[in-house]
Amino acid sequence: MAKAAAKTKAAAPSVERRPALAGRTLSAPGVKVEMLPPAERISLRAPGASLAVLSKALGVTLPAKPKSSATRDGRTALWLGPDEWLVIDEAGNDPLADCAKVTALHSAVGISHRNVGISVSGPAAAATVNSGCPQDLSLDAFPVGAASRTILGKSEIVLLRTAQDTFRVECWRSFSDYVFTLLSEAAGDAAN
Amino acid sequence: MLLIRCPYCEEERPELEFRNAGEAHIARSANIAGESDDDFEKFFFIRANPKGIIYERWRHIHGCARFFNAVRDTVTDKFVMTYKAGEPKPAKLPGAAK
Repeated sequence: MAKAAAKTKAAAPSVERRPALAGRTLSAPGVKVEMLPPAERISLRAPGASLAVLSKALGVTLPAKPKSSATRDGRTALWLGPDEWLVIDEAGNDPLADCAKVTALHSAVGISHRNVGISVSGPAAAATVNSGCPQDLSLDAFPVGAASRTILGKSEIVLLRTAQDTFRVECWRSFSDYVFTLLSEAAGDAAN
Repeated sequence: MLLIRCPYCEEERPELEFRNAGEAHIARSANIAGESDDDFEKFFFIRANPKGIIYERWRHIHGCARFFNAVRDTVTDKFVMTYKAGEPKPAKLPGAAK
């Protein structure tokens, strides 16, 4: 387990940010779909030899197991590929600045504003996501903490199960209207 | 829906996450500029297109994004097995008669 590192606070935005679909929510019987507040995100690519140093700098152990994630102090690292991770920080710290201090070989790209997060929660959450996502979302196959890049209808998403009945759907902001609408329509059907 | 085993994700995933990327094990000449037109045509355009077992490259594009190789039967459309990119053709296929 990586020790908690001294994290760098995210810089205040120099321009006015208007997150896509901010504040939109939809409640249906058994499921709630809502836009999540903005977060700091990086796309991290690194060879195995750099992982220990990067994990220490980020304060969260980068998972090596497929379809898994690790969370510590509001920062989540999601395994996307054998050398690729998505790091999401919801505590207002900047993972990009933490990675910048690391001299070991890696590539960290800030994608905070490329993605938006959508929360799907409630007893019918899995059925709602499954309306467009072909993966097996039973708790055996997709337990709490499981994370995977996959598809939702026509859009690529990153799916993270944060609790038994809660999913975080990450999609590109330009796809967010499609993704949110699809999930909203599915939420209405999922309760039936 | 077909389930395809991704050797990097180490599990079967729905086919919608994958893309076919053509025939596998086609070696590019180290001296591509020195190739004759006929040899280049064979390398670039001519594919085996067999009826039966075919070795293909596939990409888990909506997953781990990795290329890997798959052995597929073009008659039954079944995936016989998959293996990581860079590995040699499997000497023996699972379930093969011989």
